[in-house]
This record gives sequence, structure tokens and C-alpha cells, in this order.
Amino acid sequence: MTRQWYVPPHRLALAAASLALAAPASAQTIAITGGRVHPVSSAPIENGTVLIRDGRIVAVGADVTIPADAQRVDATGKVVTPGLINSATQLGLVEIGQEASTRDARAAAGDGIAAAFRAWEGLNPRSAYIPAARVEGVTTVVVAPSGGLVQGQAALVDLGEGSIADLVRRAPVAMVVGDMGGYRSDEVGARGEFLLRLRELLDDTRAYMRNRASFERGDSRELVASRSDLEAMIPVLRGELPVAIAADRATDIEAAILLAREYGLRPIIVGGAEAWMVADAIAAARVPVLVGAMNNIPSSFSTLGSRQENPALLRRAGVTVALIGNAGGDEELFNVRNIKYEAGNAVAYGMSWDDALRAITLTPAELFGAADRIGALRPGMDANVVVWSGDPLELRTLAERVYIKGVEMPEETRQRMLMERYRTLPPDYDTPAGRGP
Amino acid sequence: MRLLALALAGVAAGCAPQSQPQTPSPQGSTGTDTGPAASDSQFRGALSIPDADPFPSSYRPYASRPTVLRNVTIMTAAGPTIPNGAILLRDGKIAAVGATVDAPADAVVIDGAGKYVTPGLIDTHSHLGVYAAPGLGGLSDGNEATNPNTGHVWAEHSVWPQDPQFPRVLMGGVTTLQVLPGSANLVGGRGVTLKVVPSRSVQGMKFPGAPYGLKMACGENPKRVYRSRGPSTRMGNVAGYRSAWIAAEAYRRRWDKWLADRKGDPPTRDLTNETLAEVLRGNILVHHHCYRADEMMQVVDVANEFGYDVRSFHHGVESYKVADVLAREGIAASIWADWGGFKQEALDGVRGNLPLVHAAGARAVVHSDDPSGSQRLNQEAAKGMAEGRRLGITISPEEAIRWVTVNPAWALGIDDEVGTLEVGKNADVVLWSGDPFSIYTRAEKVWVDGALLFDRLDADERWRTDFELGYVPENRGGNQ
Repeated sequence: MTRQWYVPPHRLALAAASLALAAPASAQTIAITGGRVHPVSSAPIENGTVLIRDGRIVAVGADVTIPADAQRVDATGKVVTPGLINSATQLGLVEIGQEASTRDARAAAGDGIAAAFRAWEGLNPRSAYIPAARVEGVTTVVVAPSGGLVQGQAALVDLGEGSIADLVRRAPVAMVVGDMGGYRSDEVGARGEFLLRLRELLDDTRAYMRNRASFERGDSRELVASRSDLEAMIPVLRGELPVAIAADRATDIEAAILLAREYGLRPIIVGGAEAWMVADAIAAARVPVLVGAMNNIPSSFSTLGSRQENPALLRRAGVTVALIGNAGGDEELFNVRNIKYEAGNAVAYGMSWDDALRAITLTPAELFGAADRIGALRPGMDANVVVWSGDPLELRTLAERVYIKGVEMPEETRQRMLMERYRTLPPDYDTPAGRGP
Repeated sequence: MRLLALALAGVAAGCAPQSQPQTPSPQGSTGTDTGPAASDSQFRGALSIPDADPFPSSYRPYASRPTVLRNVTIMTAAGPTIPNGAILLRDGKIAAVGATVDAPADAVVIDGAGKYVTPGLIDTHSHLGVYAAPGLGGLSDGNEATNPNTGHVWAEHSVWPQDPQFPRVLMGGVTTLQVLPGSANLVGGRGVTLKVVPSRSVQGMKFPGAPYGLKMACGENPKRVYRSRGPSTRMGNVAGYRSAWIAAEAYRRRWDKWLADRKGDPPTRDLTNETLAEVLRGNILVHHHCYRADEMMQVVDVANEFGYDVRSFHHGVESYKVADVLAREGIAASIWADWGGFKQEALDGVRGNLPLVHAAGARAVVHSDDPSGSQRLNQEAAKGMAEGRRLGITISPEEAIRWVTVNPAWALGIDDEVGTLEVGKNADVVLWSGDPFSIYTRAEKVWVDGALLFDRLDADERWRTDFELGYVPENRGGNQ
């Protein structure tokens, strides 16, 4: 059977090696040498080496002694970065958006409050979009629920292979709250009512914390949420679990900040189309934002100020910025991989290149409590590493090798299997009779 | 905004079916048309004249000055890139292009060291103006989802020229686009080719002489929207196309006969069949929304059965599976670089669609169907180049630029006027800050028919639509 699929020669050798070994790859020592290394947590290193052992980074620098047993990967002329992190996805929760049977992102909670919903418990590690994202350099994502007022809990997920437990790096990492300006339901008909419902929930969580015993005895007034939802809200109220609040209009962002201050919450603003208009207030409140750089359309009365300079202007004001997709090209699922282009466009619209790379690596790792292990290249970190053919933010650059916890990820994706099949027409459907007529 | 047209298509399910198209009254014409001959004046508004133009373009180019761009890298889309080239725009046309040009004494001369020049980009699939921003119910005019066959509607009658998305795609280098009805219906209605220029009326944006397009749709959208009344299946879809063409062919023959001998009263006009008959006469180009390979092949057979051509499939996420057939049939593939997955028929979308279609010899076109993606057609093409490289298919910049210029111009039937930088063609030109296939590059200046309509460096002169005044904060030197 003739395969027309193009495989660079070095990959063939590698594929053979991985087949032969088949042992837990974490036992390997890998030295990626000769590339321009961007550790993110420190200055770039020309002709640098990243040394990986047992799934961890053990050395990064220009003068690293390479053990004799190390597998050497020549990255001369290439660029080495931490694996990219996409902070807003539904990866593994939804396969086909329009097919309800493939959707596990949205709790059906009738009153719009699903605080106890742990979205990642429905994660499908075999989603076709997971390999598609990682072969393009995304090694970790935030998997978040959607829909409703309080939508549920998000998890930080590595895009390796294995069970849900293998993939989930940290959970929960945030309580997700719906769009302050856009959410409408039987229970919420106005912005003010949205805030009212949130306050009721927070107040009742407080009441529940103080009087748990009486609640258990059935000796308390009726509370606005179920016991499990109230329990789930406790870490939010204690300021232990960040609350990710979708807000676009400048006034919504201000309201979210005020609410967070009132209750001692740790807010993260998501979306933030008009955040640049209140950048100083956001900076003063030390509230991080997740925003995109690829939308300038006043697509609703909540996003009239939408502009592509948003991340740059926020950084200039001193705001902590992580980048998420906002162009509307399915960046939460099929095109999770495109987070690097969000960063590239952010640079085109005024963000520094270093800030942009940080906004898809170390900054999200910090926001979601994993900066001790991912988001940068330094000793002790998990070896989530990407070798790029060039500038990782450029459109014509390819991710050539992707490591998650020191394991080189396979190149196969469903998309590539399809392309291989149809690379020569008519296709080969693998019958004994060979290629079709 | 994602997939807005599709989402809204679903809303219309269950709407009351519309009654039969009305017969227009003889007084229906506004008197502005130039179509019927004088002898037809007694039938004013009652004649189904081939190629009639009742809503004629009133477009006039904006004022222009002779302009020379020199010391620029010129990607002509018609041949090799010209490094350190020069181009002269005069009287709305490209007057000269090459290593050097003679600059008239009164010419504006722009030295563009490090910068690139390309033809204005062209988007074959836009809903600007019909699904305007903001996405309000009052501005939702893209799907006449009241009947599976709405060949009688024309997208131009929904276009809001004050849609703030128009100046934004111009900032992305797009100078021409086709606005299509949505995909709720088997036959969605006429599309219109517009110049991206400020105007009080859609007529003032219409590309003079551009043929009309007809929007048709395969697959999931029509069968979802009409599931309660039909079509509710793909076989129902195909039966719907065939029934429509049978009626149209009878109409065409009846009218062509009457127009030839002018005996007796003319047959009754029918707007749906009028449009479809124009397809059968070869005057209107078919743009068929179709995701799956197998459905595209069925549409090719329907077209052969009734003797018309499909000019371009749109979306075609499975075009790579039948790229050889598209090449043989001469059908353009208007496709995304990397969308897919959002519904079953989009599941097999691959990032190699553009290069694979190109490599098979078919005409690849980067389309957007999206007001945001339309601003970055050049970036989408670059993604296709990258995946081509991974596949071992080398796509040169000279080839990739054609995906967003002359190939879409061909799909719209206007490639003799726009789409390349050749002498005599319209001076629709973009000056880029660098290589248009770099993510860091932005359109810096955009000319339409030689008139400078966008200049990123001039913060004082920035086209703002009526809606934006008092609502959208003024950009402060930025890219809003």
C-alpha cells in the first residue's frame, strides 16, 4: 500500500524508536539542543539546551552538560518554548456543537445555578480535537462549563493520553459565572437582577457556612441553592477559588470588581471587550483578565468598544492579561490550537512579543495555580515543551515536536488520517483490491 | 458572531409558510430602470427580461489622485513577485506596474521600503449588511426562512450600508465582497457583489456589471429549518432542487418564446423562476453551500441534469475528498483555512483543505462567512501555506495570493476587472506594512478604484458608519 503522506525523515526514525521502546517514556532523558530557547520566566537563550529527565525539566541554559544516555534532539535554527496554554476551552466536553448527544459542557440546572457541576467529570480524553490541539503546540487547557448564571467549575487539563485522572492537572481552578450583560433566562431579566441573584447566592452561602447544622436538621429558612451548590461556593467565598466572570461592557467589569470586593472574592474577568476603557480601575483592583486580540466588531451593545488593541492597552496599564480566542472561529473547540495566532495578532496590535508569549504560557499557569509546574522552562517544572520551526506566533511556523511531561506526543490526528487517505485521489479505502476506481 | 447565519437559520423553524409570490402590478417599476426597450413601456414592470437590472448600480468611484507606490514588493497575483517594484494608479485604473514606472508630475508618490502591495482582497462569502453589527433582531435580515425555495429574494434588499463591519473589512484589505442570503433555504435568493465603500444606498456599493449570484444550500441547515414541513432529509433537499429547476425550465421556455415572437399577452412574471431561469440562461452564477463531498457530487449531477453550472461550492470542508472532480468540472472551492467540527457535516474539516484542493488543480478560494475572518483572509491563506508545507505541498506566495484575489474574482465573474495588478484593471490596491502572510502585518492603505479609502496612518480620516457615531468610542489612533 502506497502512502503519499509526507513524513520528514527524522520523524521516521523517531516513530521507530518510540515503537521499539514502548516503555514508560518518563524514564527517558532528552536533550533538546541548539535552539533559541524562550524559558518565559527568564531571558531567551541562543543556542540553548533543555534537558529533560523523568518527565521533568532538569536544566535549561547555554552550558548544560548532556548525559551520555540522553536522546539528543537537534533544534538548531528552531525555537523552543513551554507548551502553550489555552485558558478558555470546552475541549473534551463537546465533540459536535450541534449534536446534543455529544455535549457535556452545560448543566441543565433549572435555576441557572450549577456551582457544584464539575464539568471535567464528563471529559472525553479521546476527543479528536485533543490531538489536533496538541500537535500544534497546545499542551494544557482550561476546560470550562458554559451556560447559566453560575455555570460550574473549570479544570486545568493536560492534553496527553490516558484517563480523565491522567489528564486533569488541577481541579477545580475556577468557578465560572455567566455573562453579566448577556445572560437572560426565566430567572434573570436584567443586569441588576443578575447581580441580585449572585448576591443572594453569596449571602446564602454565608448563612449556610454559619448555620450548617441547622440546615442539616432542616431547621433553617429556605436557601436559594441546593446543599451541593452552597458547598461548592464556600471556597469561592473564602477567596480560595477564583471566580471567572464573563463581562464585556465597561460597567459590567466595574460591577464585577465591586461585587468581588464586597464579598472578598478573587475575580478573573473573561471576555472583557471594553476592559481597555476601565484599564486603570482593573489594574488598581489587581484583577486579571482573559481577553482576545482578534475582534473589533461592535457585535452587541455590550461590546461597542471592542478593539484589537485591548490586550496591549491593558498591559500598558499594568493589568495581568492572559489571551483567549475571541475572533469567533470556534477557538474553544476545533481551533483551540489557534491560541498562538491570538498572541501574534496581539503583537500586531501593540502588545510586546514577550508579553504575548507569557499570556499563553506562564500567566495562565499563575492564574490557575500551576506556575510551579507549567508555563515556563526551568528546572523542576514538568516537561511540557514545544520545538517550533520558527517564531511560534507566526502563521507559517510548524510545531515540530511536542512533549507533555517529557513524553513526545504522537503526530497522528484524525484530521491527518483523513488527509493521508485523500492525499491521492481516488482514495484508498484499504480493501484487498487496492485503490478505488 | 460565529456561525450567525446558521444559528439564526434555526430560529425560523416553525414560521408560517409564505403564500405564493405575488404577481407584480404593472405600475411596479420605479422608472429608474434602463432595461426594457421603449416598445416594452406598455408592459412596464410586467416583463421577465433576461439580465434585467431594476436596481442598477449607482456606484461612482471616490475622488482619486494619480498615485505611485514605489520601492515596494508587488504581488500581482498574475505572475512573479516584483521586488523593489513600482505601480502607478491613475484615473481609477492600474496605469503601469513594473520595476519602475514614470510618475506623472502631479502624482502622490509613496515610498514603501519594506512594504508589500497586493490587489484588493475579495471575499466570496459575506453576510455584511444582512447580518449587521450589532446583532440585533431588527438587523437580522439574512435568511428569508419562510420557504425552502426563496429564489425571489435579493440579498441587496437587506443590506444596511451603515453596518460597522464594512469599514472593518476594508481595514483588512477587502475591497470587494459578495453578500449572500443565509443557508436556511435550498434556494436562498440572489447574492450581490459590492464594493466596500461608504454609501447611503446599497446601489451605491454595487459592483457595476458584476453578475448576480444565486445562493443555494445543501445538507443540515435546510432539513433542520423545514423539518416540520419538509424537506426534512437530504433526499428531500435534492427533490426540492429538482422540482425548482423543473418549474424554472418551463418558465424559461415560456418566456424565451414570448420574448422571441411577442405574440399576445406576456406570461405572468414569477420572481423565483425569473432568477432560476437566469441561472439556466447562464447569466447568474450558482454559489452552493455544501459541506460534504458526497453532497457536492449530487449537486454536480443535478446541475448536469438541468444544464447549468455551479460556479463555486461554499464551505466545502470535504473539498479535499473530491478535489479532482472540482478541478475537472471547473468549480471553485470557497473554503475556510481551518474551520470544522461544529456540526456533523463539518466534522471532517482539515487544515490541509486549501493546499490539497490547490494541488489537485482546482481553484481554491479563501472565503470567510464571518465578519472577523473576512478581515484576515491573508492570514487564513498563510495557514493553508503552512499546512501545505507539512504535507509536502509547496505553495508559493504567488500562488497563495491568488486564493484571496483573482480566484475569488473568477468565482464572482469579475476577474477581467479586479483580482490582479495588471495594467487596465481597476485600481483596487492594498499597501501592507510587510509580508501579507506574516501575522504581524497589517493593511496600511487601501485604494478602491484608485481612491484612498483607508489610511491607518491618518487617524483623523477614518470611515465611521452612522451607527458608530455617538455609540462606538472613537479610536485613538488604533484599529477599531
